[in-house]
Amino acid sequence: METTGLTIHEMRDLLDTGKISAAELTGSFLRRIHELDTRINAFIRVTKEQAEEAARRADRRIREGNSTLLTGIPLALKDIFVTEGIETTCASNILKGFVPPYDGTVVRRLREQDAVFLGKLNMDEFAMGSSNENSAFGPVRNPWDETRVSGGSSGGSAAAVAACMAAGSLGTDTGGSIRQPASHCGVVGLKPTYGRVSRYGVIAYASSLDQVGPLARDVEDCSLLLQAVAGYDPHDSTSVSLPVPDYRGSLKNGVKGMRIGCPKEYFIDGLDADVIASIRTALDRYRHLGAEIVDITLPHTDYAVACYYVIATAEASSNLARYDGIRFGQRIDDGGGLIEMYRNTRARGFGAEVKRRIMLGTFALSSGYYDAYYLKAQKIRTLIREDFAAAFDQVDAVLTPVAPTPAFLLGEKMDDPLQMYLSDIFTIPVNLAGTCAISLPCGFSAEGLPIGMQLIGKPFAEETILRAAWAFEQEAGIRKGPPL
Amino acid sequence: MKITPETVSHVADLARLSLDQEEVESLTAEMDLILAYVEKLNELDTDAITPTAHAVPLENAFRCDQPSPSFSAEKALSNAPDSNEDCFRVPRVIE
Repeated sequence: METTGLTIHEMRDLLDTGKISAAELTGSFLRRIHELDTRINAFIRVTKEQAEEAARRADRRIREGNSTLLTGIPLALKDIFVTEGIETTCASNILKGFVPPYDGTVVRRLREQDAVFLGKLNMDEFAMGSSNENSAFGPVRNPWDETRVSGGSSGGSAAAVAACMAAGSLGTDTGGSIRQPASHCGVVGLKPTYGRVSRYGVIAYASSLDQVGPLARDVEDCSLLLQAVAGYDPHDSTSVSLPVPDYRGSLKNGVKGMRIGCPKEYFIDGLDADVIASIRTALDRYRHLGAEIVDITLPHTDYAVACYYVIATAEASSNLARYDGIRFGQRIDDGGGLIEMYRNTRARGFGAEVKRRIMLGTFALSSGYYDAYYLKAQKIRTLIREDFAAAFDQVDAVLTPVAPTPAFLLGEKMDDPLQMYLSDIFTIPVNLAGTCAISLPCGFSAEGLPIGMQLIGKPFAEETILRAAWAFEQEAGIRKGPPL
Repeated sequence: MKITPETVSHVADLARLSLDQEEVESLTAEMDLILAYVEKLNELDTDAITPTAHAVPLENAFRCDQPSPSFSAEKALSNAPDSNEDCFRVPRVIE
């Protein structure tokens, strides 16, 4: 039996009935990574010994009858999560050698369940990118077609789950960094509402937009992982102290009578014909399942990318000021004094895209330009947020494509940053509005590449979109793995 | 507005980034292109709009003033490129 292809909830049954041990399961994943990852490059670091030790701990706990949902489940973490005693680089040269002295909150919560961590996953440097090509450790290749991108920035997280090198993973999403790679790799990815999951111990990119979320092989697994990490954390004052519902418990309640909005602004020029066809089929399936499809409008959609690239870069320029060669990370000191040390450390430590965004953000915040760029973008953000608020007066969820095209070719957009930025056009508005959205497979292109759809929910209504996603997944029955 | 190499060099100085000539040239062209796209935001009249800094309305998050354990100096210094006794060591600042 190929255990690495099972879902987390299937593994749970095998573990709890003693049909497999966490040690055996972990061993299968480690072998799979060893065989495949030279091709895919999803892992920056495999933590074999720690994983084997965690699996032994999990097996003891299972034997004692104290297992929880994720005890003994082999997971992997985007290298943006701070892990005690395990090098954490954010895929940047500037953090090479950084061994954090603490665990972030979500990492701690998973460890408390005795989940097994297989290693740290590749990503775009500091989560800045849409293709995972901006990594100091090289690009991640798409398991469905190794000449194509995995998507980004959580490309390693999506590719590892798609290629069965981890049962599930955690990523972060600032402008689509969970949903877009999930779509390109044919897995399920959820960006929770801003404030739903603690960001403590998550390396910051754009703090008003960043949010942690799961990537998994099916919707039920996604709900289990969200359940494990959601909730208030006194270490993150932007986390929200609302009760965490039982996400899995309400998955099967169906979509009868649910109102699903279809925004006309998302059917733009340049939208791939196979993507359009898959979305139309999904809308039909929902009608068949008893949902009502409602035409809606999100009139400021077209301004979202411009708005995002001002706000996100401004916040990034401020957040990344901490990489100064003093408290952690690399230092390049040629003896020219403190300021020269800062300039050289940052020049050699950061990659081209990170420098580009620091420059854009510094410009937008600089004297004389603040009102014209940063303040203007914050006002447009209000309009985008109000678009969603008005839409959610009429509907329970909004259905859209995740990306305008299936996974593009490696190198295709690297010389044109603006084209790369525009590939996030359908995911960015959700971050600006701060609400939740899930990306799940809804079809395949003519070349056999996975296509994802996005269900956007009201703030803190993860339950609703998970329920709608589960109903679709059962009805469509298109879950399959890449041809590896 | 048109981005010039002088603007790029000034911004790089603010951001404490040393750039070589080639980087200044490519960033001049790229920032010019991206900021021209951002000009799109000016199509909308936003005079009467309140800016959004955070998607979730946040009030000050107060908590009880209770001491709790924090990192030891040794742990806090464990990743420092250079340290001396209980301090981070930096290049000479004052001549």
